[in-house]
Amino acid sequence: MEEEDAAADPYLPYDGGGDTIPLQEIPRRGSNYAMSNGGGVASSTTHLLDFLEEPIPGVGTYDDFHTIDWVREKCKDRERHRKINSKKKESAWEFTKSLYDAWSGWLVVTLTGLASGALAGLIDIAADWMNDLKEGVCLSAMWFNHEQCCWTSNETTFAERDKCLQWKSWAELILGQAEGPGSYIMNYFMYIYWALSFAFLAVCLVKVFAPYACGSGIPEIKTILSGFIIRGYLGKWTLMIKTITLVLAVASGLSLGKEGPLVHVACCCGNIFSYLFPKYSKNEAKKREVLSAASAAGVSVAFGAPIGGVLFSLEEVSYYFPLKTLWRSFFAALVAAFVLRSINPFGNSRLVLFYVEYHTPWYLFELIPFILLGVFGGLWGAFFIRANIAWCRRRKSTRFGKYPVLEVILVAAITAVVAFPNPYTRQNTSELIKELFTDCGPLESSQLCQYRSQMNGSKAFTDNPNRPAGPGVYSAMWQLCLALIFKIIMTIFTFGLKVPSGLFIPSMAIGAIAGRIVGIAVEQLAYYHHDWFLFKEWCEVGADCITPGLYAMVGAAACLGGVTRMTVSLVVIVFELTGGLEYIVPLMAAVMTSKWVGDAFGREGIYEAHIRLNGYPFLDAKEEFTHTTLAREVMRPRRSDPPLAVLTQDDLTVEELQGVINETSYNGFPVIVSKESQRLVGFALRRDITIAIENARRKQEGIMLNSRVYFTQHAPTLPADSPRPLKLRSILDMSPFTVTDHTPMEIVVDIFRKLGLRQCLVTHNGRLLGIITKKDILRHMAQMANQDPESIMFN
Amino acid sequence: IMSQHIFTLFILLGILYLAPNSEDIRCKCICPPYRDIEGQIYNQNVSLKDCNCLHVVEPMPVDGKDVEAYCLRCECKYEERSSDTIKVTIIIYLSILGLLLLYMVYLTLLEPMLKRRLFGHSQLIQSDDDVGDQQPFANAHNVLSRSHSRPNMLNKVEHAQQRWRRQVQEQRKSVFDRHVVLS
Repeated sequence: MEEEDAAADPYLPYDGGGDTIPLQEIPRRGSNYAMSNGGGVASSTTHLLDFLEEPIPGVGTYDDFHTIDWVREKCKDRERHRKINSKKKESAWEFTKSLYDAWSGWLVVTLTGLASGALAGLIDIAADWMNDLKEGVCLSAMWFNHEQCCWTSNETTFAERDKCLQWKSWAELILGQAEGPGSYIMNYFMYIYWALSFAFLAVCLVKVFAPYACGSGIPEIKTILSGFIIRGYLGKWTLMIKTITLVLAVASGLSLGKEGPLVHVACCCGNIFSYLFPKYSKNEAKKREVLSAASAAGVSVAFGAPIGGVLFSLEEVSYYFPLKTLWRSFFAALVAAFVLRSINPFGNSRLVLFYVEYHTPWYLFELIPFILLGVFGGLWGAFFIRANIAWCRRRKSTRFGKYPVLEVILVAAITAVVAFPNPYTRQNTSELIKELFTDCGPLESSQLCQYRSQMNGSKAFTDNPNRPAGPGVYSAMWQLCLALIFKIIMTIFTFGLKVPSGLFIPSMAIGAIAGRIVGIAVEQLAYYHHDWFLFKEWCEVGADCITPGLYAMVGAAACLGGVTRMTVSLVVIVFELTGGLEYIVPLMAAVMTSKWVGDAFGREGIYEAHIRLNGYPFLDAKEEFTHTTLAREVMRPRRSDPPLAVLTQDDLTVEELQGVINETSYNGFPVIVSKESQRLVGFALRRDITIAIENARRKQEGIMLNSRVYFTQHAPTLPADSPRPLKLRSILDMSPFTVTDHTPMEIVVDIFRKLGLRQCLVTHNGRLLGIITKKDILRHMAQMANQDPESIMFN
Repeated sequence: IMSQHIFTLFILLGILYLAPNSEDIRCKCICPPYRDIEGQIYNQNVSLKDCNCLHVVEPMPVDGKDVEAYCLRCECKYEERSSDTIKVTIIIYLSILGLLLLYMVYLTLLEPMLKRRLFGHSQLIQSDDDVGDQQPFANAHNVLSRSHSRPNMLNKVEHAQQRWRRQVQEQRKSVFDRHVVLS
């Protein structure tokens, strides 16, 4: 939103951690939004008190890097909805407002889908163009990439269909000749130069304008959707820089993809549009519904798979996914896919470069190599997660992480130098995947398809028989093996760099290379040993038996599943990519095998591993808590700690209250009746108390340091000359959740997960004993799993 | 204002993309090797109804009765693109990139030089210290007790820019220096 408006509207979470909280009065909005859950009944009936107790601006918002209170947000939303419904019948204007309120959800989701589709089209077209800029330019129209430049050339021969007069490589432009060692070296040099300059630009832009734009974004979005607040992570500058630098990073030839960052871009769009509607901008829980729908739109434009996008949002990214969100996510994904299709970035009305259509059947014996591919995918996934986390940890903790720009340039230089000689790594990774997925037909002239024809000259053409491999295929296999090793190594160092980097395309590329190699191997096996029992049963000589392209696809799915541990969403995405239900069984076999093999080495996918590395307070809904500890073993204070910091309900002065807040760093304080009885009244948050005190000191006269602070409805009896007391009942949460000290931790963890709590009070025989926060639970779980409990940093 | 501009940019993009495409059509026929004729690709700028082998493959390499057999092997596809969309997209992208680069050069190189000349060396140091070292877990109490009265800024853009720069500095500290998020 506009910066000027941000100062005027106190409910807008302010940007940045250093600004003052604006404290103007807002016009009275009826019943108190700052009321806690449970206090709603009293406030709506006593209008007299509403006049006296205006809502304190700023109360109800959250600090940066803190968790939201889901219960409070949902109550606020229900309150707002009740108010609108009750005023609906008063006038036509109110009725229109209620209709607008009901439909604003659909409007936000539509706008998000439109923006995501448009931005994805921009990213695709720009990335394609800049990628080809490394090889040459199109002289007749500078904005065309290689394929578009040669689009209108007539009658190119079969062998030379990639060459046309308008496209000039750099060697041709600078040296004047297209072939020869000199031009090869010049092409090599220009390739490295462009790759380095793109990478340098990308990291500089990220560092100067929006440091939050680096990385994939999916671990942070998962955490945000579970209730964490990271201010600025989904803002305008992050959106713009992420879009621009994603194109640069992809074009520089680094081993990364753009799917994860596209999810971040879509969520930024969703966040920005939700600020246009007060229903979503003021309520953090409702905003997360929009973000779930936005992430579905992001995956949908990345893969051209709307249903897969919704399932990805459901399985991987979202924390709470009510049914209403399901329908809206699907709508957002469809709108985004439709917009992208009408932009038509690839010129073939497809949304993804590597869309293929297969109609060839597969045979039961092929399940063995498919399962082998699944095992490979699981093993690679486990290896990659361990290696990448080890590397990221080293980058985080040692001096090596102090030079991000240098690191990016170094990785880009190594990638460019090693990738250029091998034609399979020189080209765009998406094109490589497309080439591997595409089956060999009479139209293909790539090296992979140079089979020896077995017939004599009169029947020089054959339709896809099992053919022996020509020398072209063997050299292609060697190059593919080298490309596989190169990609496996470079992706470990590339994921986590300070540029936008995604993981889907590199893992699919690794899987596709492995799958194609296995496919060609099986094909040759079937040709040379066609008298084996297996092959004789199903294959006939001269008929189409093995399709290596299918193996590439299954391999890609297996590797992607092994590293992210996605199940349903991955199968649906790949099946939407191929357009047919025929290959569901091989896909599922491979994906399930890779998940089981990967789980044998560690239960976390790459995103959960990064969440744990960063110490985000993410309570994983998929893990089960199986230990038998009780609440009193986890609660604070422990025996050796100082006693629980509590507030009494009408005993404190302003000075004492400020002293408590200054001396401790807790986020909230339980309020008890008195120190003798220790009976619980409610819970007050630190931020709300400080805002209320500041507000009172500015607005109300007579509040001094020794004014009494009371949380009750009526002021306590005070001597006549004492200063005016301060009533803080409006910020008190009157219904905090409590458990007894003998409650098993399984139930406590369940309560935290299902309700989205931040803290829970522990009582013993009705008296307050201690407190359990989400951070305590995460630390306890880490301790039980023999991990370092001090790595949980946020609360 | 910034968000309004971005909004209008989105609307413009949307209108441009959804507008009818320009006349970039072609029919691409791919004919594999047949007997002793090599594989050929034929491109012609014809419309959808004329997109078949007989209209596009010219000159026909075989004659008479072989034409049908040859044409059966050929695969003809109708393709359409929008060169205007590509041109507009690339131009928009490059202009935004250029503006960002200029702004980056201004922020990193020119502004400190200008500030030093206008305000003297001491002010520069003071403004650096003022930004301070704020933890992301800043207490609201600390924030409020610094008692900033609402600044009477004549230039609201300057105020907004200061706030944005502080924000970016915070982010940079979290990501690059302390490695707290996004390692």
